[in-house]
Amino acid sequence: MAKIPIQVTVNGQTHQAEVEPRTLLVHFLREDLGLTGTKIGCDTSQCGACVVMMNGSTVKSCTCLAVQADGAEVTTIEGVADQGNLHPIQEAFWDNHGLQCGYCTAGMIMTSVELLQRNPNPTAEQVRAGLEGNLCRCTGYQNIVKSVLAAAERMGG
Amino acid sequence: MTTRIFGSGIRRREDPRLITGQATYTDDVNLPGMVYAAILRSPHAHARIRSINTDAAKSAPGVLAVYTGADTEGVLNAIPCAWVVPDSDVKAVPYPAIATDTVRYTGDAVAAVVAESRYQAEDALELINVDYEILPANVHAESAMNEGTPQLHEDAPNNQAFHWVAAGGDTDSAFASAEVVVTDTIIQQRLIPNAMEPRSAVASYLSSMGELTIWNTTQNPHIARFVTSLVTGVPEHKIRVIAPEVGGGFGAKIPVYPWEMITAFCSMKLGRPVKWTETRSENYQSSIHGRDHVQTVEIAGTREGKITGIRSVVHAGMGAYLSTAGPGIPTILHGLMYSGPYDIPNIKADVYGVFTNTTPVDAYRGAGRPEATFLVERMVDLLANELNLDPVEIRRRNLIPKFEDGFDISLGLTYDSGDYQGALDKVLEHVNYEDLRRQQAQSRGQVTGNGHHDHGHDHGHDHGHDHGHGHDDQPSATKELIGIGVTTYCEICGIGPSQVAGAVGFGGGLWESAIIRFYATGKVNVFVGTSPHGQGEETTFAQIVSDELGVPVDDVEVIHGDTDNTPMGWGTYGSRTTVISGAAVALSSRKIKDKAIGLAAHLLEAAEEDIEYEDGKFFVRGSPDRSQSIQDIALMANVAWNMPAGMEPGLEASSFYDTPNFTFPFGAHVAVVTVDVDNGHIVLQRYAAVDDCGNQINPMIVEGQVHGGVVQGAGQALWEGAVYDEDGQLLTGSMLDYALPKAHLLPDIETLSTVTPSPHNPLGVKGIGETGTIASTITIYNAVIDALKPFGITRLEMPLTPEKVWQAIQQSGKP
Ligand code: FES
Ligand code: FES
Repeated sequence: MAKIPIQVTVNGQTHQAEVEPRTLLVHFLREDLGLTGTKIGCDTSQCGACVVMMNGSTVKSCTCLAVQADGAEVTTIEGVADQGNLHPIQEAFWDNHGLQCGYCTAGMIMTSVELLQRNPNPTAEQVRAGLEGNLCRCTGYQNIVKSVLAAAERMGG
Repeated sequence: MTTRIFGSGIRRREDPRLITGQATYTDDVNLPGMVYAAILRSPHAHARIRSINTDAAKSAPGVLAVYTGADTEGVLNAIPCAWVVPDSDVKAVPYPAIATDTVRYTGDAVAAVVAESRYQAEDALELINVDYEILPANVHAESAMNEGTPQLHEDAPNNQAFHWVAAGGDTDSAFASAEVVVTDTIIQQRLIPNAMEPRSAVASYLSSMGELTIWNTTQNPHIARFVTSLVTGVPEHKIRVIAPEVGGGFGAKIPVYPWEMITAFCSMKLGRPVKWTETRSENYQSSIHGRDHVQTVEIAGTREGKITGIRSVVHAGMGAYLSTAGPGIPTILHGLMYSGPYDIPNIKADVYGVFTNTTPVDAYRGAGRPEATFLVERMVDLLANELNLDPVEIRRRNLIPKFEDGFDISLGLTYDSGDYQGALDKVLEHVNYEDLRRQQAQSRGQVTGNGHHDHGHDHGHDHGHDHGHGHDDQPSATKELIGIGVTTYCEICGIGPSQVAGAVGFGGGLWESAIIRFYATGKVNVFVGTSPHGQGEETTFAQIVSDELGVPVDDVEVIHGDTDNTPMGWGTYGSRTTVISGAAVALSSRKIKDKAIGLAAHLLEAAEEDIEYEDGKFFVRGSPDRSQSIQDIALMANVAWNMPAGMEPGLEASSFYDTPNFTFPFGAHVAVVTVDVDNGHIVLQRYAAVDDCGNQINPMIVEGQVHGGVVQGAGQALWEGAVYDEDGQLLTGSMLDYALPKAHLLPDIETLSTVTPSPHNPLGVKGIGETGTIASTITIYNAVIDALKPFGITRLEMPLTPEKVWQAIQQSGKP
């Protein structure tokens, strides 16, 4: 299959690559760039394990082609911490037991980053609504919600 | 003394790698020269394979090989069932890795493609041409044994996989002489476990050494190695199974599946590392399902509400083949639990396992015990309803009184310790039960147009209420009925002595082992054979060692999941890891301490009897300033410059722990729901759980387990269900169609606990991984039925969708 050249900036680093037009962004990130922190939990855009930031807003990277990311700035879970310092949301997930097996966590954290950007001071209900596109089978969501609320407070929302 | 580390809710040490994306799950493993396998699955639930043409696939771009059953037959042995329950005529039918002549469910493998890339492998699947002769399918557990039903296996007449009976007391005479008997049919719908990480395997075979390494998303790498050896013929000591980070299991990652055996086969054939990762839709077809019972149940009691007997006939769907632990789930782990927390003198469970053209059924969180708890707690509520007793009152009249060391139930088990009444009291007080009943009476009054009557707590009399007033003229806010569900449960956990495992046909042991190794620097590694995958034992086991030996918790690192560097263990399931493996860690710690005392005595020139230990320090009684720290001891033991005569160098201990009995966690849960009578919409308003798992090593982790468990159980009550059509097509074949619990549908779970240590466990722990799931489905179900009481509704099928509720309300004839 003919390949298409793309240029994508991921976590501040610019990559040139040639991809098949059908390559999913999540596969490009995981397999071409080796950024395996972004997970795949489904094939129907339900689970949110694959959420990344693209040009400042979240996308499900399983539902986005790599070619659509041409010229874009992408942030994955690997790029959330600031030079080794955990992001307050990461810290809050740790402090509040916001994860068990950790498989949904990258997506949960990425979604929470956007959620708190849009609404720095959400209620528990708003957090729950904001996580509608992210599934977790382990935590029952309770400590994820608690983590996001704690992060909001820490970030001075 | 500082706060004791045992019992502290410290944050988990496994988290940093997980919150930064640095953890390695199986699909994250990439090896030089690695290629990708994809599996072609049958589109038909039941068919004969007339022919397979793989020519086009073989010449597709990037394809290295295409294998069918003809290639694996005689090379890969059949996938074994590892739980052949005795005295029940189990038909261990052959389960080939790739089907040869017949496919029996839509997940059955027909061929495997190996290609340079994932996409190429999947492209090539579409080029394989299979000529099928479609056969009629049989999909319902209930009717699978009926005459004329399509047969799956020649060796299993009438599709009967097994027939198992457990009995205690004399149920026949108990029912013959009963004052009251209530009957019900309970359907435990089929569920899809849905660990967020799909299944995946990476196999790498080193032909020069005859060594096979498999990264495998498993809950039990040592069992996986054992079975991989049986299936592939590679000797066990030449196999290394690595369960790296595992993204949840819930039972679905206990079995050894054909898929990783196929992956191993491909690597052995091609001499290249091979990765296989299923898609989610593939997972729905081919990873095990849970539950799938049809139960006909009767409960017998006196007019005073004393339960005298319970009996059932259960048809348990096993799917198309017997999965690894399949037969043990509806039998041993289900039928033996019918006494719950009650003293019931006469019990009989009569269980038929049946084959259907569906995905194999095996352990799913709770595994048999949610089905049993549901059955008991539903029947208790129905009996209460019949006798016009409050659900709390009937439970009080039957609960086993508090006991600390052993209570024999009629089915032959000995419960370890319990205070069921205490748990019930605590949860009722927490939710203010009487007040809830008042609110409920009010809601009933409003909805039925009957005003704000307080009907008291004995809501058994509500049938007589005047439902004559239409409620259409009521403001919509008043059309919600409140329902309250109360459950007391007791479950079997910490499985559980190996001798019993052998007696009940489990094809392995159930002990665990742990090695503790101190280095010269005083740092510690703990190696365990069990394999946590989200439950946090890297943290709790470090807490045990820190508590026992006084080393800082951060100086202890727990290693698990790799058969090459961990001692034997049977795995993480059945809420057994902390109970059994944690006990092994404690025993090894105590051996370390014994040796340290000997060495300290030598170094301090005192007699061993005079050495005392406190907080990581060994000192001569009466002179605490003459001491050796555990780190001093570790250094000396490792350099061995000055050891007592006859003492070996090193500070390392290994223990094997086999429990003398199961543990029996228990609790009492309350659910409060509202049901909108206009549209059947149910909202879970409150959920309060009092659980007693004995001593708690890390209460934060305990609570997390309860949250997750309760929500999974809520999923079964309200949303989840795997549905097949009559042809055996899985209608709920993707996450689009299978409704999982989501954050916005749930309240905060109110978690409380009581602490009744297990008398026989070295740590006094009982297990908490499954309690939430075991209790919550029925608690929520009973709450919904309670809400619908004014309509005379006593049963509905799960999941309790608004449509079913609305239909039932319409059909009740009570406006
Ligand atoms: S992988 Fe599930 S939404 Fe993207
Ligand atoms: S922590 Fe396991 S799926 Fe969320």
